[in-house]
Amino acid sequence: MGNALHLENVTMQFGGVVSVNDLSIDVPEHKIIALIGPNGAGKTTAFNCITGVYQPTNGLIEFMGRPMVRNHPTGKALKTYKGENAGKFANDPVLAPAPDEITGLGIARTFQNIRLWKSMTVFENVLVAKHQRAKQNVFSATFRGNLAEEKRMRDETMDLLVEQGLDAYKDELAVSLPYGLQRRLEIARALATSPKLLLLDEPAAGMNPQETAELADFVRQIREKYDLTVFLIEHHMDLVMNVSDYIYVIDFGSEIARGIPEEVQNNRRVIEAYLGVSD
Amino acid sequence: MVQKKRSYTALIGITVLLLFVILLENLGNFIPGLPQVLTPTSPLFTVLKKAAVYSLVAVSMNLLNGFTGLFSLGQAGFMLLGAYTYAILTVPTAQKEQVYYLFEGCAFDFSLVDMFEGIFGNHGAGGAIAMILACLLALILAGCVAGFFAYLIGFPVLRLKSDYLAIATLGFAEILRAIFQWQKLGKVTNGANMIKGFPTFTNFNITDSSGAVILRLSTFVPFLISSLCIVVIVLLINSSYGRAFKSIRDDEVAAEAMGISLFKHKMLSFVISSFFAGVGGALFAMYVANAQAKAFTSVMTYEILLIVVIGGIGSVSGSVLATFLYVACSEWWLRFLDSEQYIGNIKVPLLRNGFRMVVFSVVIMVIVLFFSQGIMGNREISLGALIRKFSPKKERKQ
Ligand SMILES: Nc1ncnc2c1ncn2[C@@H]1O[C@H](COP(=O)(O)OP(=O)(O)OP(=O)(O)O)[C@@H](O)[C@H]1O
Ligand SMILES: [Mg+2]
Repeated sequence: MGNALHLENVTMQFGGVVSVNDLSIDVPEHKIIALIGPNGAGKTTAFNCITGVYQPTNGLIEFMGRPMVRNHPTGKALKTYKGENAGKFANDPVLAPAPDEITGLGIARTFQNIRLWKSMTVFENVLVAKHQRAKQNVFSATFRGNLAEEKRMRDETMDLLVEQGLDAYKDELAVSLPYGLQRRLEIARALATSPKLLLLDEPAAGMNPQETAELADFVRQIREKYDLTVFLIEHHMDLVMNVSDYIYVIDFGSEIARGIPEEVQNNRRVIEAYLGVSD
Repeated sequence: MVQKKRSYTALIGITVLLLFVILLENLGNFIPGLPQVLTPTSPLFTVLKKAAVYSLVAVSMNLLNGFTGLFSLGQAGFMLLGAYTYAILTVPTAQKEQVYYLFEGCAFDFSLVDMFEGIFGNHGAGGAIAMILACLLALILAGCVAGFFAYLIGFPVLRLKSDYLAIATLGFAEILRAIFQWQKLGKVTNGANMIKGFPTFTNFNITDSSGAVILRLSTFVPFLISSLCIVVIVLLINSSYGRAFKSIRDDEVAAEAMGISLFKHKMLSFVISSFFAGVGGALFAMYVANAQAKAFTSVMTYEILLIVVIGGIGSVSGSVLATFLYVACSEWWLRFLDSEQYIGNIKVPLLRNGFRMVVFSVVIMVIVLFFSQGIMGNREISLGALIRKFSPKKERKQ
């Protein structure tokens, strides 16, 4: 099987700050891959480049073997460019799909700082994520010509909530849930967009030890059930070592190590980066 | 199940309300010697008509500002477009010479009223059908013109962030007002003068051959049209698209990441809101019996914004309720403050022309400061809940 996601020389520069530097990553289909690194390493920024929140300054991102995002620095950006490989994609057309288009291709994500819709119930939060793929238009939806489609969306939403153990809270406001359940809900909402690739940004943050321990099994379960590829950012090393097939480590935007969990665990540079020792 | 039941109660509620309005404005036909308030010339009916019109505009603004989270201040501009479209399309050709006398007639020799009267005749049932169809079509076209302009300016404007969006839409409305008063366009817009002579609400009163009113419908008609439009807006808000709008309001980044196209949905909300503002503008022209650009100032937009805030941003029933209270206060209940009053021989201090606006402003300031959620917050009035509250307690089944 090929790669679900492929990053090639991706650089994200904000003004003079290079947050992601010449990053190349492969996420093979049906695998669970982790991206780790100290605070401020650029992990979330990498996710934002993949999901279209930011347009990378340079680099190529392929999804399911097809170029999805591509850019190279020009003009003023080229003059101030601090990264590498500035000329590599200079002759290729720029690709800059909007986040919703990327979601449409089959990439869904959760957010490090939970972003649930605060005026909506748990049920509605998941239901909205079904909107993009629903076969309806504004007239059929307004004048209720889409009853079958609406029912299907609601049924599927209910199934997801039952599966995630959130059905008991379905009519409560999403933000009134405890932290751990809000993370679960974000995953349920992401799954509702019918993704092929799921990006999880620190899914265990704010979870209690019990919930964290369960998360590894849970991630494997949904991978099987939805035939997913999973790419995750996480700080809990137990979880990362337990769940990942392969790990990328970055610091100050650049890759410092990659390998299977045992290799990464014993890598000198990784240990230094985490302990804050400079060489 | 619950959803269905709720729609039925709402539907019955609206029907009852409409029937009540007909009854109210025709009481004079059955009961002689009514108190002044219930006679057709009472301010009660002015208030009801104006509030019916304004509530549609307020709800349309709430759709955009309250439910989609786009802070737009173009409402008066779209109302202006609707009002002029309606007026220009329905002034009978025979009257155009007189209305446009400063410009030696109107540039185009066409009237929907004449067109339909050509088909159905101009008196009796045929005349009534012609008039209803002409007005209906003109109202829809009024909405379409407003919606079309919204679509055009949506491309540059909807990419702006909130404050800039407000300024841009406000500017758009002001520019429109200037253009419509421009003498060079006089043959179409009648310049700074008003367009008159088109069908208004009173044309819907049913009269006998001598011209005496048999059945008064001039308050019922704006109620009917506004309710229909508001029902459509509520259906939209409760649909999959309405939920998408709310997700954009709550968190754009999350909405986009979950596959909601920001531009497409903002545009939809903007066009639909403007469509209904256009219809509202046409209704406003019918209410004041003229169309004049001067009336559609930014003050009008602020007035509507105020109503939306008082009613509760994100509450349709709040907007409607607030409209009726606001219009009643400004047009009726606080009027006495403007005239000198005597208790016995003593003149009540402060009461003089203009004092009403002072009191009114204070009341509004208090509301905005201390009830920032408005009357309803983002909740809705539920008829079912009201009935349950006021009916004798029954055993509740769990
Ligand atoms: N929009 C932006 N503008 C300017 N700088 C930014 C922007 N977004 C991120 N950065 C910078 O990029 C760097 C990496 O941030 P990022 O959030 O990606 O780190 P992270 O690896 O996710 O850290 P954490 O583990 O704390 O979540 C930081 O120095 C941050 O200040
Ligand atoms: Mg982060």
